[in-house]
Amino acid sequence: MRAPGPYIIMLLLISLVSITKVTGQKIEYFKVPELTKLLNNKDNKLLVVNFWATWCQPCIVELPNFEKVAKSYDASKVRFILVSLDFPSEINKRLLPFLKKNKITLDVAVMTDVDYNSWIDLVDPRWQGEIPATLFLNNVSNKRYFHMGKVDEPGLKKYINAFL
Amino acid sequence: MKKLILVLTGVFMFAGITRAAAPYKAGDDVSDFSLKNVNGEMVSLSQFNDAKGFIVVFACNTCPVVKKYEQRIIDLNKEFSSKGYPVVAINSNDQTVSPGDSYSDMQKTAKSKGYAFPYLYDESQEVAKRFGATNTPHVYLISKKEGQLVVEYVGAIDNNADDAAKADKKYVADAVHALLKNDQVAVTNTKAIGCGIKWKKS
Repeated sequence: MRAPGPYIIMLLLISLVSITKVTGQKIEYFKVPELTKLLNNKDNKLLVVNFWATWCQPCIVELPNFEKVAKSYDASKVRFILVSLDFPSEINKRLLPFLKKNKITLDVAVMTDVDYNSWIDLVDPRWQGEIPATLFLNNVSNKRYFHMGKVDEPGLKKYINAFL
Repeated sequence: MKKLILVLTGVFMFAGITRAAAPYKAGDDVSDFSLKNVNGEMVSLSQFNDAKGFIVVFACNTCPVVKKYEQRIIDLNKEFSSKGYPVVAINSNDQTVSPGDSYSDMQKTAKSKGYAFPYLYDESQEVAKRFGATNTPHVYLISKKEGQLVVEYVGAIDNNADDAAKADKKYVADAVHALLKNDQVAVTNTKAIGCGIKWKKS
C-alpha cells in the first residue's frame, strides 16, 4: 500500500496541470520567431488563428463567434488562438481591459512586431494586411485556408468541419 | 447565334472581372480618374500640370491606423508637394457600412485637420477597385513618365504605425527622394496591417 502514494500524487499533479491548461487563458507576446513557430507547428490538430485588434470594429463584431464556436469543438482537435495586432502602446490600457471586460477565454497572442512587412507574407502571400483575417491550418494533414474579412458563425463552422 | 453571344458576353465579363481584380503594382500604367473633392470640385490627376507625380493615399475618417498616420500624411504633403509630389487622399469606404465616412464627415475632417491636399470621395468605389486598394492607409506613389502615369511604389508609409519616431524604414519618403534624384525606387512594395476598405454590401 506504500507504493501507489507517489503515483497518486503525480497523477493528481498532472491532472491539475492539464486543468489549468484547459481552463486558463494564455496570453503570450509574439515576435516573428514565435509567430513562425506557431505557423510551422506539427501538432496534429486544426489551428484556427484569428488576426484582430480592439481598434478594428468588424473584428470586435466577429469575436463572439470564435468564443461561441470554440465551445462546440474538442480542444484536442481544434485549437483557437486570437492574434492581437493592437498597437504596443495600447496593450495595457486597451487590449488587456478589453479581454477582461468581454470575458474572452480563448488564448491570445499579442503580435508586438510592428514591422508588418517583415511577417505578413509568412501568414499568406495574398494578404495585404487588412483585418479581420483568419487562418485555418493543419500542417500534419497539409490543410491550409486563409480567409480575409469577417466570418460569421456558420462560416466558421463550415471551414472547421471541412478540415476535420 | 444566341449561344455564341452568351458565351462571348461571358468571356468579356470574365475578362473585365480579371482586369479589375489585378491590383496595380510598380511599373503599371495608371488610368486617371475624376472624383469630388471636399470643396465640391471635381479633381483629376491630369489637372496638376506642374506635378512630377503623386502620393495617392487611400484613407478615411474612421480607421485608427489612418489616424495614427494622419500627421505623417500631412507632413508628406508639406515636404513633397513643393517638390512636385503632392498628396492626393481618397476615401473609398461605403458610408452605409462605415457611417463616419460620409462626404460631410470627410469635409469636417479635412477642415479640422487643415488638409492642404485634395481629399476625394470615391463613392462608387471604382477607383479603389481599379487600383486594387484593400486597406487604409494604402499608398500608391505615382510618377509621370513621358506624359504617362506610372506606379512606382505600393504599400505602407513607413514601418511603425504605432510610433512615427521609431519608424526606421520610411518607404514613401525614401521612394520620393529616389525619384527626385532620378534613381530607381529600391523598395517597390510593402504590406501593412490596416483597416479593410469597407465595401458596399452587394
